[in-house]
Amino acid sequence: MSASPVATKTLIEVRDLQVHFSIASSFKSRVTGRGGAVVKAVDGVSFDLHEGEVLGLVGESGSGKTTLGRALLGLVKPTAGSVKLRGEELVGLSERELRPKRRHLQMVFQDPHASLNPGMTLETALAHPLEIHKLTSGPAETHAKVRETLELVGLSPTERFAESLPSGLSGGQKQRAAIARAIITGPDLVVADEPVSMLDMSVRAKILDLLIDLKQRIGLTYVYVTHDLASAKFFCDRVAIMYLGRIVEIGTVDEIFEDPKHPYTQALIRAIPEPDPDKALPRDLPRGEIPDAARPPLGCSFHPRCPKAFNLCGWEARDLRTMLEERWLEGGEELYNAERPLVGDLEKLKATEHDAFLPAGSGKDPGDLLALLEKIRGEEPDEPMWTGVKAMNAEAHGVRVTFEPGIDPPLYPTDGAQAACLLYRPE
Amino acid sequence: MADPVLSLRDLRIWYGAERGAVRAVDGVSLDLMPGETVGLVGESGCGKSTLGRGVLGLLPEGAGHAGEVSFRGRNILDLKPRELRSMRGPELGMIFQEPMTRLNPLMRISDHFEEVLRIHEPKLGKKEARNRSLEALRGMGIPPTRYRQYPHEFSGGMRQRIMIALALVLRPAVVVADEPTTALDVLVEAQILRILADLRRNFDTALLLITHNLGIVAEACDRVAVMYAGRVVEQGPAYDVTTKPSHPYSRELLRSTISLSTTELHSIPGAPPDLVSPPPGCRFHPRCPNAMAVCAQQWPPTEATSPGRRSECWLHAQDRIPAGLEKPLERETIATSEEA
Repeated sequence: MSASPVATKTLIEVRDLQVHFSIASSFKSRVTGRGGAVVKAVDGVSFDLHEGEVLGLVGESGSGKTTLGRALLGLVKPTAGSVKLRGEELVGLSERELRPKRRHLQMVFQDPHASLNPGMTLETALAHPLEIHKLTSGPAETHAKVRETLELVGLSPTERFAESLPSGLSGGQKQRAAIARAIITGPDLVVADEPVSMLDMSVRAKILDLLIDLKQRIGLTYVYVTHDLASAKFFCDRVAIMYLGRIVEIGTVDEIFEDPKHPYTQALIRAIPEPDPDKALPRDLPRGEIPDAARPPLGCSFHPRCPKAFNLCGWEARDLRTMLEERWLEGGEELYNAERPLVGDLEKLKATEHDAFLPAGSGKDPGDLLALLEKIRGEEPDEPMWTGVKAMNAEAHGVRVTFEPGIDPPLYPTDGAQAACLLYRPE
Repeated sequence: MADPVLSLRDLRIWYGAERGAVRAVDGVSLDLMPGETVGLVGESGCGKSTLGRGVLGLLPEGAGHAGEVSFRGRNILDLKPRELRSMRGPELGMIFQEPMTRLNPLMRISDHFEEVLRIHEPKLGKKEARNRSLEALRGMGIPPTRYRQYPHEFSGGMRQRIMIALALVLRPAVVVADEPTTALDVLVEAQILRILADLRRNFDTALLLITHNLGIVAEACDRVAVMYAGRVVEQGPAYDVTTKPSHPYSRELLRSTISLSTTELHSIPGAPPDLVSPPPGCRFHPRCPNAMAVCAQQWPPTEATSPGRRSECWLHAQDRIPAGLEKPLERETIATSEEA
């Protein structure tokens, strides 16, 4: 499936798409709609999708992949940016204007047990979209179309399945029915959100096979949303790797899997547990987890976990805290007991734009705290955070640490995929 | 060789349903050695979670059981609830799938640990309890600075590591982990698998790791038992089973797993059987590409195919197949309508 796409016509064009959710944090912000924190679920994403292509949106939970998939269909309202279907703008359309477009844009959801109405037979469930979009001339044509579609997704004998309720179907059969409902309107684009991850291993291949088969038979274009790199590698033509609302790398399957550029992509590919026992998981996995989307890190969002980070990546106060905690974790009890008293309450670590104020422990001399930090810096020259520390000065009740201002990297061209990483920043 | 710390003998567990008894676990024999990690692999509905809970005596009311789960010479299934309760924790631990819902949101992490230690090791002083807890947390990568925080202040991966630390702080002899990384992201999953792999080197705790992911077995287990329709159809060293499976089901399951090296899709036709009325003979025979006439009639014997390895399949007992029954099984092709 890794052959490059032959189709050249652009079906969907996405530019600087943003979906921001405001999470009201106080009564005032709830009333005024201002001042609350904002989660940037999708934060400036651009790509083109060609006809007949399969694009994978791959990322971990919280990366924004599902929100992006839904935003393409107008199922969540983008806060800015543009999505064009064959040149026609979809962002900003009212629900009424959008509805007729929906027959061209369909979705298959992750959980087939929840996406079908338990009280509707497949006949009713599949006839609904036809009636809503007035795609058939009458009951006889609807009846025929439902059976034809059931046959197409492999649910035969169609007479039996048309009468079935979802409760009488296995997981794989339910997902086939959900796919049937998505394709019955004759869509151009199907967004498939983790369509196989709820299914057992022995069934996944059948559903992927069906999606591939349908793509060829009725000319579909897919956006495949998944956290599973292995199935994306098999199924997609191109892959976009997402992290905290951004595409951090995008390229063909060959580019992404043969020669990943972004340190995050490299880590993801190495971290997949493979059934091949001769391949062991690497020891140097990125530390930590995806940060809070309401408070994304400065600079490159991946820098706190990145083994290749350097001075421009956006170091800040939080990184100082993480560094201290990791040191105490690895150094054991003795080191912790010796060093902890010199440092004040870590919750009171103050951050302004590019510097941090680390309070000294109560009754401790800030000079001793500075000496401790200098000592740690000397002992851990490989800790990437230190490359971003410009200055450290003892002040009245603690130490001020000044960081190098970071750069938030856009997607840069490389000799393969495009990657949002400062390692590829042109001179 | 040391004695097994936990040993299952012909374990059967069934649930009552309107249509009859659902035989979720149907005659399983399995040993767990001290310090060993055994992977229990199978698809949904094969009985692996029921088996895991049965080992801890955590069966729901109305479940019936037969056979033996012997731990240090006593059959767990015969113990009184009170005896069992005092064993759970210090002797038998459990790690659940959903780390987000297993910690009390109103209790600090420190309270969770101190409560567990106070109940099971009342002689331990406050300071000792604190040190023991911090040590267990440290082993799982939770910094001591966060000991007094509440569960909501931790991410999913950290909560799962806290759960593991909480299971290990009492130093149990056996821990059952039911899909401990399924709800987590790839990188966090890899971090936790590393921790579990290190665990078996550093502690004497035996781990029964229940999973549907063969990649995890290859990564973190010493031995593996493959379950299908309530039976362990194959068991042996993880390396051998994942490189050269000897039961057709294990082989087909491995082939269907989509990995980075997959170049062709493969699936197993049909669906797992209804456990109220499983098929006669070998339970896998309706889906098995190697099925012979005998497979549909007689239960296959469990054969040792190599040291430490057992497989329940007529392919490994061909000399005992009654005359005339070794020919390939004739059957209709399986339609999509019968599919899983």
